[in-house]
Parts: sequence; C-alpha cells; structure tokens
Amino acid sequence: MLAFLIRRLVQSVVVLLVVGAVSFGMFRFIGDPVNNMLGQERTQADIEQLRDRLGLDRPVFVQYALFLRNAVQGDFGVSYRQGRPVADIIAERAPATLELAAVSGVMALVFGIGLGVLTAINRNSWASSAIMTLSLVGVSLPTFLIGILLIYVFSVQLEWLPSFGRGETVDVGGWSTGFLTQSGLIALILPAITLGLYQMTLIMRIVRSEMLEVLRQDYIRFARARGLRERSINFRHALKNTLVPVITVTGLQMGSIIAFSIITETVFQWPGMGLLFINAVQFVDIPVMAAYLMLISVLFVSINLVVDLLYFAIDPRLRIERAKA
Amino acid sequence: MTPPPVLSVRNLVVAIPSRSGTSRPVNDISFDIAPGEILGVVGESGAGKSMTGNAVIGLLDRPAHIASGEIWLNGRRIDALLPEDLRRIRGRQVGMVFQDPLTSLNPLLRIGDQLIETIREHLPMTAAAARDRAVAALEEVGIPAAAERLNSYPHEFSGGMRQRVVIALALCAEPSLVIADEPTTALDVSVQAQIIALLRRLCRDRGTAVMLVTHDMGVISEAADRVAVMYAGRLAELGPVRSVISQPRHPYADGLMGAMPSIAIGQRRLRQIPGAMPRPSAIPPGCAFAPRCPRAADTCRLDPAPSLADDPQGRAACWFPMEHSA
Repeated sequence: MLAFLIRRLVQSVVVLLVVGAVSFGMFRFIGDPVNNMLGQERTQADIEQLRDRLGLDRPVFVQYALFLRNAVQGDFGVSYRQGRPVADIIAERAPATLELAAVSGVMALVFGIGLGVLTAINRNSWASSAIMTLSLVGVSLPTFLIGILLIYVFSVQLEWLPSFGRGETVDVGGWSTGFLTQSGLIALILPAITLGLYQMTLIMRIVRSEMLEVLRQDYIRFARARGLRERSINFRHALKNTLVPVITVTGLQMGSIIAFSIITETVFQWPGMGLLFINAVQFVDIPVMAAYLMLISVLFVSINLVVDLLYFAIDPRLRIERAKA
Repeated sequence: MTPPPVLSVRNLVVAIPSRSGTSRPVNDISFDIAPGEILGVVGESGAGKSMTGNAVIGLLDRPAHIASGEIWLNGRRIDALLPEDLRRIRGRQVGMVFQDPLTSLNPLLRIGDQLIETIREHLPMTAAAARDRAVAALEEVGIPAAAERLNSYPHEFSGGMRQRVVIALALCAEPSLVIADEPTTALDVSVQAQIIALLRRLCRDRGTAVMLVTHDMGVISEAADRVAVMYAGRLAELGPVRSVISQPRHPYADGLMGAMPSIAIGQRRLRQIPGAMPRPSAIPPGCAFAPRCPRAADTCRLDPAPSLADDPQGRAACWFPMEHSA
C-alpha cells in the first residue's frame, strides 16, 4: 500500500515536471517576452537590462530550474497584460471557478448515479427509455450550444434567470463566494447546468451499463435467493460493485469540469479562471497561460491519485494483492 | 404413517413464449420431497433440472414463467404468491446453493456482513445475536476460527471453503427445503465428496429436505435417497436411488447408468446414447426419447409417453419399461 503510494507520487512528480517543461517552453517559443513587455519605444540598453533582470541570458536549464523553483513557491511571474503577479490574479479568480465546478460536479454525480441506477433497475419502463433518449442530447450537443440554448429559453424568453456574471458576491476571508446571496445562487443555475450536463449524462450512462452487468452476476442472484430486499440488493450489493469503473471515469470528468469550464465561463461571462485563460490567450499573456497549465495538471494528477486511493477503499481484493506485492 | 412432504410439485409446466412459438423447458413434472429426504435430479444439460429448481424458489428469469401446475411448500401453495411474499419464503423456508462458489458471494462485502444481513432479514434478532448465529453457522459448515473469519472477504477463501460459506448462507435461517443446483460441479474432485457429505449431514440433522440438482450420477448415488431422471423437460423415471441405478426401467435411465464410469464397474467400454437431446422448442411428437431409444416402437413415435402412474411399478414414463429379473 505504502510502496504503491510512493510509486504513484513519483509518477505524479514526473508528469508535473514534463508539464512544467511545456509551460516553460511557451516562454521561449511563443513570441519574445522582452518585446512583449517593453513595447515599441525601447532602447538596446532597456532590452539588455530586462533580459538580465528576467534571467534570460542564462543557460536554458538554469532558467528551467528557476522557473520550477518559483512555480513550486507559487510564483508564476508577472502578468504581461495586467502587470500584477499571476498568483494574485489566479487567487482572485479561483473561487468563481471552483464554486461553479463544485456545484456542477455534485449535480452531475447525484443525478448521474441516481438516474443511472433507476434506469438500470427499471430498464423496460417508458420513463427509462425517455431518459436514455434525452441523455443522448446531453452527450452529443456541444457545451456552448447548450449554454446558448439555456440563455435563450430562460434568460431571453422567460426572463427567469440572469444570462451572465456571478451576481453579488460576499467576501469571506479573502474568498469571494456567491453561495451566500440570492443573486449569486440564481446566477449559478444556468452555468452549472451547462457545465455539468455532459458529465451527468456520461456518468448516468456508465452507471447504467455497469449496473446492468452487475445485476446479471451470480452473487446478485444468490442475494435474491436468500430473500434479501430489492432495495438492499440494488443499493448495497449491486451499486458498490459498479463503483470501481464508475470512479475512474467520474474522477477524470471532475478534472474536466474545472479544466473545460473555459467554454461555459466564456458563454456566461463567468469571472473565473477559464475566462482569465481565454483572455490571456487573446493577449498572449504567457505567464498566466503557463500558470493555468500547471494548475490544471496539478489538479488532474491529484484527482488521479485520489481515484487510485478510492479503489483501495472500495475493493478489498486490491488491498490484498498490493499488500503481497 | 409417512410425514407430509415438505415440497410437493404437481404437474408443473414452465413456458417460455417466443416469436416462433412457446417452448416448455419443464413439462408436466410432479414429485414430492419428504422432510430430511434428499431427492437427486439428474439429466443432461438443458433437460430442465435447474429450471425446475428456479421455478420452485420463484427465480425464473423472464420471459420464462410457470404456465400451469402447483407448488406446495409445507402445505402452502407458493406458485402464485406476490413477489413480496415469495421473497419472505426465499432464504427463510427455501435455501439455495449455486454451482459456482467463486461467483456466488459478493466480492466487496465481508462474509460476516452477508451472513448477518441474511439472518436479520428473516429472523427478529439484534445485531449481536445475529453475529453469534453467523459464527455458529460458519462453525457448523466446518470453517476454522469462525469468529475471525467473519471479517474476511470471499477472495480470502479457497473454492471449497467458499462453497461451505455459501451453504452456511443458504442454511443460516434454517429453511425446511434446500435447492442445491450443481453444488459440486465447479469444485475439485477431492473437495466434492466433502461438500456432499457436509450437505447431507446438515440436512439429516435438521430434517431439511434437499433437492439436489446435478448431472453427476456419482454424486447422486452417494447422497440421494431417491432420484428423478429428467429428459427434455419431462420426468423419465423417479424412484429409490438403488433401484434406479441397478435396475433402471426407462431406457434413457438405463443408457445414463451405462454411461457413468463410476457405476458401470467391470464394463470394458462405457455405453453411449446415440444422438442428442432435442431442444425444448423442437420436441418430437410422441415420446421425446423415441428417436434415440433402442426399444422404440411405432407407439412411442406417435403417442406421448405415459405418465409415471401408468407404470405398474410407478417409476418410469415409458410404453415399454425394462424388466429386470431378480
């Protein structure tokens, strides 16, 4: 167990180093940061001075090491566009994205697993067929289209919900939250649905197919032959056995929810990290892009690690095999 | 005076409707099992043995269903019960042991939890009392250090041990009938005898009736009191195990005995029955066994086989049962 954990941690560090190299590479290959920072009115002396200050005259490996050292300390340099430390800008934007992602994620999990189990248990009912058909819409429609459709129906036509922004936020210890105001909560509804719909339908379809597979197993038949209640058979005996493959997919999807909130945030002008990234791309604000890239890779790597640990919690067979190994 | 039977099956028909017509994998089967008696049910794959067992416990997979006939358990008719009433009977009055112990236990739940859940489902007990009972159940099936093993997961047991756990699970609420569907087929030969001996001892001690479904005549001859030979959904022969083995009256039972290496001792070659059993959807008119029967006459090919009651000895469903001198 411990050996496994250490092995995975080492792998994670390797992944992060590689991503770090890519982020670092952006500085060198996408435009010249000195040109970007000094603008048109510059002298050769200015250029030399800045090169020296940024350490650009030193060997590449030294620069990479410096970049990593700073990154580990949370220092991603200064935004070209805003002239402020990137870490500060991201810290300011993170709450919006994380709150949106959390609501979407919980929604996707609760409805995805719930509907998946229900459609598996009552697989011949018309309601299940209707849900399955509708879920195709969720899987196949692109996110931006769903967002625009929702805005058209609920904001433009019905005028029930706001079409952009976070509403009012409250600052709690440096974390600006939209959970505490009515307008903040209302503003969350459409973006959260837009962001989580794909994940929800995906989780639902996976849970359903896994559940159908598990319900055919001998131990379910034996549980039934022992006279256990259907509820216990479905939720205690069957659901737990569907979880291992479901967790794999779900874990990665939770990462995607944060990483790909870019589109949803753009559609709803949601002031989060995704919108920050899109704006950074438009202005070739490389420090922001690099920091975002690093942040997302840290996120995926940690989610993968958590997923691996969850396997152990759920499946006792893995504990034994790993303990022996 | 014989005690009333635990299980009484009367003219049971299981039907599977399909587009090409209705097939009857179990067709007009009747038998009784007395308390403490072990009835062996033998036949080839697809003869309807397992289907009969599933019909009794109410676990037929749709679209298979009981089309007609009656099933009586301890004097109560159970073939037309509501699903909820049937559920209360399963495990409490009828236990079931499946073929493959490797897949019968939920891999993610401790065996203690599976036992306790089953016990508390059927018997009004506190968690602590159910735990004690679970330990006792494991001890009875010969699992050493039972109290500690409650916390083990199924994969920590060997195949034979797992089948013991399965038997403990089937018997933990003290049912009056156990249906054992090929309980030894997936086990090593050396373990088979142990499991059969265990099953027989437990059921003798408690007076539990057993329906032992298998295609292994060796198991039957070792464990069963009476044997029912099934062919193409029908009973071919039903009688005391010694008589059926040594003096089969139905030609199919005779062929079956001749094909068993453990029973046909001294024979140089095993006999085989030519041909194959017809599928339930393609059963010929007349006696289903007629196309393969060495004794078949025109009557056999035209008229359905007679019922067991028509046999002077009440054993074989055959127009021309075999006679044995002495």
